Amino acid sequence: MESSIILVKNLSKSYRLGVIGRKTLQDELRYRWLKLTGKDPEKFMGTVGKASAEESRIGEEGQFWALKDISFEVIKGEVVGIIGRNGAGKSTLLKILTRITEPTSGDAVLNGRVASLLEVGTGFHGELTGRENIYLNGSILGMKKAEINRKYNEIVDFSEIGEFIDTPVKRYSSGMYVRLAFAVAAHLETEIMLVDEVLAVGDVAFQKKCLGKMKDVAGVGRTVLFVSHNMVAIKNLCSRSLLIEQGRLALDADTDTVVARYLDRNLIEGSVASESEIAARVEGDIKRDAPNFRITEVRIEDLQGVTRTVFDSDESVVVSVSFKCFKTVRDLRVIAVVADENGSPFYGSQNIDDCEIAKLFYSVEPGSYMAKCVFPANTFGNRKYYLNVNVLCPRTEHHVLSKILEFQVDFNGYNPDIQYASSTWDCPIWPKLNWTFKKSS
Amino acid sequence: MSVRTYIKANQPWWRIDWREVWEYRELLWNLVCRDFVTVYKQTILGPVWFIFQPLATTITFTIIFGNLAKIPTDNLPPFLFYMSGTVLWTYFQACMDTVSNSLVANSGIFGKVYFPRIIPPIAVVINNLARLAINLMLFLAFWLFFIFARKTTITPNLLIIVFPLMAIHCAGLGLGMGLWLSSLTAKYRDISFALPFIAQLWMYATPVVYPASIIPEGFRWWISLNPMASVIELNRYAFLGQGTLYPEAIASNFIVMLVILFTGILQYNRVQRTFIDTI
Repeated sequence: MESSIILVKNLSKSYRLGVIGRKTLQDELRYRWLKLTGKDPEKFMGTVGKASAEESRIGEEGQFWALKDISFEVIKGEVVGIIGRNGAGKSTLLKILTRITEPTSGDAVLNGRVASLLEVGTGFHGELTGRENIYLNGSILGMKKAEINRKYNEIVDFSEIGEFIDTPVKRYSSGMYVRLAFAVAAHLETEIMLVDEVLAVGDVAFQKKCLGKMKDVAGVGRTVLFVSHNMVAIKNLCSRSLLIEQGRLALDADTDTVVARYLDRNLIEGSVASESEIAARVEGDIKRDAPNFRITEVRIEDLQGVTRTVFDSDESVVVSVSFKCFKTVRDLRVIAVVADENGSPFYGSQNIDDCEIAKLFYSVEPGSYMAKCVFPANTFGNRKYYLNVNVLCPRTEHHVLSKILEFQVDFNGYNPDIQYASSTWDCPIWPKLNWTFKKSS
Repeated sequence: MSVRTYIKANQPWWRIDWREVWEYRELLWNLVCRDFVTVYKQTILGPVWFIFQPLATTITFTIIFGNLAKIPTDNLPPFLFYMSGTVLWTYFQACMDTVSNSLVANSGIFGKVYFPRIIPPIAVVINNLARLAINLMLFLAFWLFFIFARKTTITPNLLIIVFPLMAIHCAGLGLGMGLWLSSLTAKYRDISFALPFIAQLWMYATPVVYPASIIPEGFRWWISLNPMASVIELNRYAFLGQGTLYPEAIASNFIVMLVILFTGILQYNRVQRTFIDTI
């Protein structure tokens, strides 16, 4: 297929888990000695890598298939999004396509020069000035000096570093650092760009700028593969998307279809998420071996405690989070957030916002608990809403449940005398507010 | 404008894309400049340190091996004897030390962006040439002082011209040993602890602080095997006029160096392809 610019065939990558760790020469010799004397090494030596919830991905010989038989084709000029949960294999796919590591089987062909943005500021050295780092970083990314010279002014303008371009980079603020790094990477003139969630860094203004630049880049006919968790950005930039689930290509279709399928993935039928369902979906910074706490149940119910999935707009929506603490946890936070159908959060609350009970969370003894939050009546508009729940102890452990439950609110209106047109409540929030009206003259 | 990249599994380890290394030559130069400039920028003494170190080493050797232990120096002034040895030895050891850690030290950047991974080791070897140059100039300063100011028994000869080749030999050996150690260290971290110890023993097993002439007959085979032995003696012979040279040892040393270098490159190439998965 001559027009295809990226052709991937049966790409697979496996890692070996559950094998005996032989990270030092001492261990290697011990292993060999044990085998030589007929003893079973597994009894005497620890194994590397414990199997987690993804047991289905471990093959017979303890292989963990990070990617299995991924095949797809990209034509010139396409902007393709790659989405999937954490651990699905997206970054592994990108690592193989950018030649950072080799596949276990399968192959890929890339017709054109490749620019990879897996992280900004690769190779930046603190002692060198911004100017020197532009040249260094550019050459690491594959730009020739002549090319950098040509684009130098554009790069400096885009980064908005201004007069600080000649000070050592170690003096830069993190914002400046990231702006400069992205500026260099964004000006690579290659036919193919592979981008991995770089836009996750930086402030809002910067992210907007990056998205804008990505759009420009895509518009000129470059082929882009974009890995991101930001569904809005994906929908904005990509016409087509690939859904990676547990190392396999689950769906290859237009972005809207793929995003909808991805968002539904986590959803549990009904109004209650059980402990096992939660365990299968929870993400974030979790200490799997010695957790401080575990979320055992999440429910959506009304003020009477009846679990519901459909509410009227004049009813309160109660979110109930049950969890167990295994150790004394200091500064425990519980966060309930409502998101729209794109997964964008817009309405949330944190347990310690309520000053009256905040001190109860400063130190939580081991035990089982239930935290409830009431989303007041007469706030929601008319649509489907998703619930995100976070339970965390800052800097220690952070459990994230995104789009775990879904509920529907039917908007009844505030004025019984009139008919509400559906366009009135296209906002996710439509609270009952006070209005005043008087003559000004 | 068709650049095609083929990504395949299980590539043969002997295939090295030298054309690609040539493509990235500017990066090589940038790394050399970066390493040189950053070391200099971080210290107040900066370049002075490059002079202080060999001077301190030579003085220590002169006192301990020359005066206290009274090891013979082929009738050459001890100070020059030791300094000529350390000039080439420190270059070799510096290359071997830094290159041996290159996979681990660069694992961050290797995990984020692709460029031919043989480039940082080559950059190290070139970068150390600057230090070699400074050491050499220091040596030449003392050498000239000894020739003109003190009447001594030094008889330098035309073999001095061969010095660049000797430096290249040390570079090749340092690079080869470093690449071998680097690929082993990527797999077994504890090897990096053994390295300073090995380097130290190797120095004592090479005629750096003693002349080859005092090596007993039964151990002459070692001079043929030890790839650093001949080059140190040759260097001394060229600058100072005294040294025991065995043509067959020089040839075999050179061949050993080439073997170590080529096998080192191949082994490194083999390991770098997937070391990111296990580092």
